[in-house]
Order: sequence, then structure tokens, then C-alpha cells
Amino acid sequence: MNLAIRDIRYNRGRFILTSIGLGLLLGVVISMGGIYRGLFADALAVLNFTKADIWVVQQDTNGPFAENSRIPEDIKYRIRAVPGVEEASPLSFQTIQIERLGKPFRFFLIGYDLNGFGGPPGIIAGRDIRQKHYEMVVAKAMKMEVGEKIHLGLHDYTVVGITGKVVSSGGDPAAYVSLADAQDIQFKKDNDAIRNDRERIGANLAGIQTLSPAQTKFLQQNITGITESTHTVNTVVARLAPGANLHEVQERISRWNHFRPLSVEEQTKILTKGMIEKARMQLGLFRIILLVISAVIISLIIYTSTIDKIKVIATLKLIGSQNRVIIGMILQQSLLMGIIAYGIGYLLIKLTYDKFPRRIVLEAFDLQALFVIVIAICTISSFVGIRKALKVEPAEALGG
Amino acid sequence: MDKTMHAIEVENLTKIYGKGETAVTAIADATFQVKPGELVAILGPSGSGKTTLLTSIGLINEPTHGKVVIDGTTVADEGWLPGIDLKRLRREKLGFIFQHHNLIPFLTALENVMVALEINNLPKNEAKNRATELLAALNLGHRLTNYPMALSGGEAQRVAIARALANKPKVILADEPTAALDTVNGKNVMALLKKLAVGNNSAILVVTHDHRMVEGFDRIFHVSDGRIADETNNLGEE
Ligand SMILES: Nc1ncnc2c1ncn2[C@@H]1O[C@H](COP(=O)(O)OP(=O)(O)OP(=O)(O)O)[C@@H](O)[C@H]1O
Ligand SMILES: [Mg+2]
Repeated sequence: MNLAIRDIRYNRGRFILTSIGLGLLLGVVISMGGIYRGLFADALAVLNFTKADIWVVQQDTNGPFAENSRIPEDIKYRIRAVPGVEEASPLSFQTIQIERLGKPFRFFLIGYDLNGFGGPPGIIAGRDIRQKHYEMVVAKAMKMEVGEKIHLGLHDYTVVGITGKVVSSGGDPAAYVSLADAQDIQFKKDNDAIRNDRERIGANLAGIQTLSPAQTKFLQQNITGITESTHTVNTVVARLAPGANLHEVQERISRWNHFRPLSVEEQTKILTKGMIEKARMQLGLFRIILLVISAVIISLIIYTSTIDKIKVIATLKLIGSQNRVIIGMILQQSLLMGIIAYGIGYLLIKLTYDKFPRRIVLEAFDLQALFVIVIAICTISSFVGIRKALKVEPAEALGG
Repeated sequence: MDKTMHAIEVENLTKIYGKGETAVTAIADATFQVKPGELVAILGPSGSGKTTLLTSIGLINEPTHGKVVIDGTTVADEGWLPGIDLKRLRREKLGFIFQHHNLIPFLTALENVMVALEINNLPKNEAKNRATELLAALNLGHRLTNYPMALSGGEAQRVAIARALANKPKVILADEPTAALDTVNGKNVMALLKKLAVGNNSAILVVTHDHRMVEGFDRIFHVSDGRIADETNNLGEE
């Protein structure tokens, strides 16, 4: 006869309530692990979806995600010419926050070369961008419909397609436009600003006495040309030909000065170590604290339920029960409570995780590790009860 | 007399609680034997040492001095015999009944009896059959699935009797088993206890306050201030 189960059956209300409470706690622990994995997945999303081997960024920066990086778009031609490089494609990234439907609307805008790569990883509704201008593909999380329009910079953009779970390293959903459009949105000034700039340059040049009017005019045209140019990108990504040596290609590009060729491995390190390390430690700390709280609660519950059973335990000893019967009763209850609470917590998160504002990634390893930890906690927590139970004298069954 | 014939042998049993100035001698120098199947009633005022006598024989309370032999096994000789497995002796040779039934609240009547059998390593099915039979013999066939809370005092006490008798112990120790019951129920419980004990050939020691309960007993011990007088002996067997 299993005394643990019999006791639980008799006191099921209390047992169920405690298990639910513990379950909620473990649910939070599970979700925190999931949030951490989600941070990880989010941080690496664009990096992974782009499927590039090398990220060429501005020298001395950890761009384009961790730091600002600006390089001229036409460097792509030089990169394509490097032996071992199969493709090179420019990308532009910017975070945009506008007002939409009366609420702040934040997303990560990716500009890509329609003939290159780095565009939306997969279209789940609508189609890819086909025209060079004013078309947009958005991540599902932006909750926009195909055909909707949004005003960015100086123009309206129409959503033509929806893509999956692409997010910025900060977790903002991503949207794609053509590179030219992205550059326009990022750099193009409106007419007033252009007129202002031109006047300012003209005034400055006019102030230089040594220039002839013809020289002034020539300079003014060139300078405004440069300041109005938008042919800047944040990175040029490259894919290597099969069998090409990554280090050799990196070596060559570094020799040019002004550029830093980052491998995927280096980018991953920048993104994970630098950007989400603190969040990881914080979540880890919370998880430990919550597990300690769970351990304290389980110990307390097991201890009080042992105290409630002193007379039962004394009676069992009096009629000659072996210690294993009594230890088994307490340990099994503790384990059962842990297992049920774990199940409740797991179900809770399993059923709700896709409704969390940030991505939750449930990894089998994390879930198994937590299960083992819960079992360990239950075993250790039951020791306080078991210790108490073993000290009970059979004579205590006689009183009252 | 052949010593192995005795269910209980007690020689110069003394139990002293505490030490020094606060020491209380609860049992002083008791010597007696009880044969298998003998019914012994223990009478005496409150605090005279009746419970102490039972718990010392019942392997719950370590005797301070003297010898205790249960069913031929010496368990105490100036304290517990080294290496003695008290729990095992308790579950194999002894049955206990208390004033309050001491049933396990989260087990049904049937399970309360089964638990005693199962800790004595009886397979579950046999335990169930034996427990069901015993409870039927105690007129509790209709109460098998009730929890102790749902039993009357008399019913609960009969379940406790079934539990005490389940392993056919050589010795049954009952401490005021009828004190919480009215006279009719008390007599009924006592009669069933006696009947089953005799059927098992178990020796039985019953502490009681109530003179009306002792009729039909073979011997009556009077305890006062820790001293035991065997009234039946005084009345002249030996
Ligand atoms: N655990 C103990 N520690 C110290 N003294 C005790 C202990 N148990 C009993 N005594 C003392 O030993 C004496 C005998 O007690 P015991 O319980 O055996 O009496 P009793 O005859 O069963 O009384 P009652 O009829 O009230 O149950 C009493 O003076 C009591 O105070
Ligand atoms: Mg007493």
C-alpha cells in the first residue's frame, strides 16, 4: 500500500493547491529560461537568416548590430573581386519608431539589394519585393496585412508580403525594403533641408575670397553632390565559394584599411557575449532565486505535513513499521509534489509561450535540466521532514 | 514450569523516569509470567504505572532494570539487549490497542488493518483477504471503505482491534480500550477482543479503570505506586 498516495488522496485539496502554487513558480522559472533562449535566438536572428560568411563593416567597429558602421556601398565591387568570394551584397539597417494607430510602432528596417541576398528569409503571405521602390515585406509580428500602406521618410510604402520571425537583436520585428528605399529613408533630406544646405554651402564658398565665381560654382555642385549622396550602407555581406579559405579572404579585406571583415563566429560572439550577457546573468540570478524559493516552500510544506503526521508516524513505528516505510511516504510525497508542480508549470508555459511579448524558446535540454533540479530539490527538501520523522518516538502515539 | 511456554516473562522489572531528585519510579521490581491465551486485566489508580508497565513490555519504553522475555525471546536485561530488533518484534509478536483508536486518518478501515499486515511483509492480496475477514468477524463488513472520521467510537475501536490482531501476535497490549466508549459498546468491544484473542491463543493485558469490564478475565493485576499485586494469586492459586 502506498501511504504517500493515500495521504494525498485524503488531503487532496491542500495538495493540489500547493502543487498549483509551486507550478506557477516553476512556470516562471521555465519562462525565464525560455526568455533567455529567446534573447539568444532574437539576437542572432538577422545574422542567421542572412546566411553570409563574412560581414564587412567599418574599421574599428563591432558593426552593424552592436555599433554604428558606415561604409560606401560600392565597396561591394571590390569585395566581389576578392578570390574566394562568390557573392557580396550590401545591407542597411535602421531602427524606426513611428506613430501608428495612435501607438508607438517600432521596427527594424532592413534594406537589401534586390539582386543580391540578405532579403526576407521566407514569404508566408503575399510576395517578395519586385519593384525597386515603395514596396515592403514585413515580419508577421508587425501585425500588418498585405496591401497596407505606411509612411516612412518622404514616401508611402505598401506591404506586399509577410515573412516569419525575423527580429532585430533588440527583439523588434523586422521589415524589408529595397536598399535604395532604405537609403532614402535613412539619408534623404526633404526639400527644405536640401535648400538650406545648398544655401549654407554657397554662403561658405562665397566667403572664400581667393575662389573665382567659376570655381565656386564647380565646388558647390560637387559638395552638394556628396552631401546629398545616399550611397552608404551599414555592411556588405559576402558568401564564399565552396572550398574558399575564410581566413585568407578576411586577411585580404583587412589589408585595405577602413574595413573590418567579421566572420559569423565573430559576429555571434559580439552579439551574445557583449549584448545579452547582462540579461543572461540577470535571468540566471532570478532563476536561482526562484528555485531557492521553491526549495524553501517545498521544505516548509513537507516539514509541516510531517509535523501534522507525527501521531501517524508514531503509530506506524509502534506497530513496527520499518523506517523505509516512513521515509518512503515523505520522500514520495515530496517528489510527487515536485513532479506535478513541474508538469503544471510546463503546461502553463507550453500553452502560453507564443503569447508572450518577447520570444520564448523552450529547449529540451533546459526543460530536462530543470526537471532534474526539481527532483534534487524535492529530495533534499524532504530531508528536513525525514529527519524529524526519524526522531519521533513510538511512545508519542500514546498521548491524547 | 517450562519457561518457553510463557508469552510474557517479567523479572524484577523496574522503570525509573528521569534522574536524581526528579526521578520517578513508575514500576518497581515487578515479577510475573503470562501464559499464551491468558487474559489479564490491570487495574489501578491514575499515575500508578499501568501504562508504563504496558510500554515496558511493549518494547516502547526501555526498562531501567530487570528482565523482559516475550514469547521466549529475551528483549531486555538491564536495558535492551544489544542488537535487538524492537520494531520487528513489535510487528511480529505484539499487538497494541489504545484508548483513542490511533487509526491512521487517511486510510480506510480496511487499509488501516492491511497496513499492519503489509509492514509484516504479507502480500497485498493476502493482506486484503485477511483484513476483510477480520473486520467481518468484528461486525465491520459494511464499513471497509470508511475513513476513521466517519466511524463511531465503537467501530473505530473494533478496527483498532482488528489491526492489533492482524498478525496473530503472541501478546496483545491494550491501554484502556473501552474508556472512550459507553458501557454497552465497551462491553461489546471487550467481548470481541477476548473472543479473538482466545481464538489466536494470544496472551492479553488490558488496562482498565472500569471494574465492570474485568469479568471473564483469568487474572487481575492491581497496580499502585508502581507495585503490582496479582489479585488472583492472592486469592490463592499458588
Ligand atoms: N515519560 C515520562 N516521563 C516522566 N515521568 C513519567 C512519564 N510517563 C509517566 N510518568 C510518570 O510515571 C508514573 C506512572 O505513569 P503511568 O502513565 O504509567 O500511569 P498510569 O497508571 O497509566 O496512569 P493513568 O491511569 O492516568 O493513565 C506517573 O507518576 C507519571 O507521572
Ligand atoms: Mg495510562
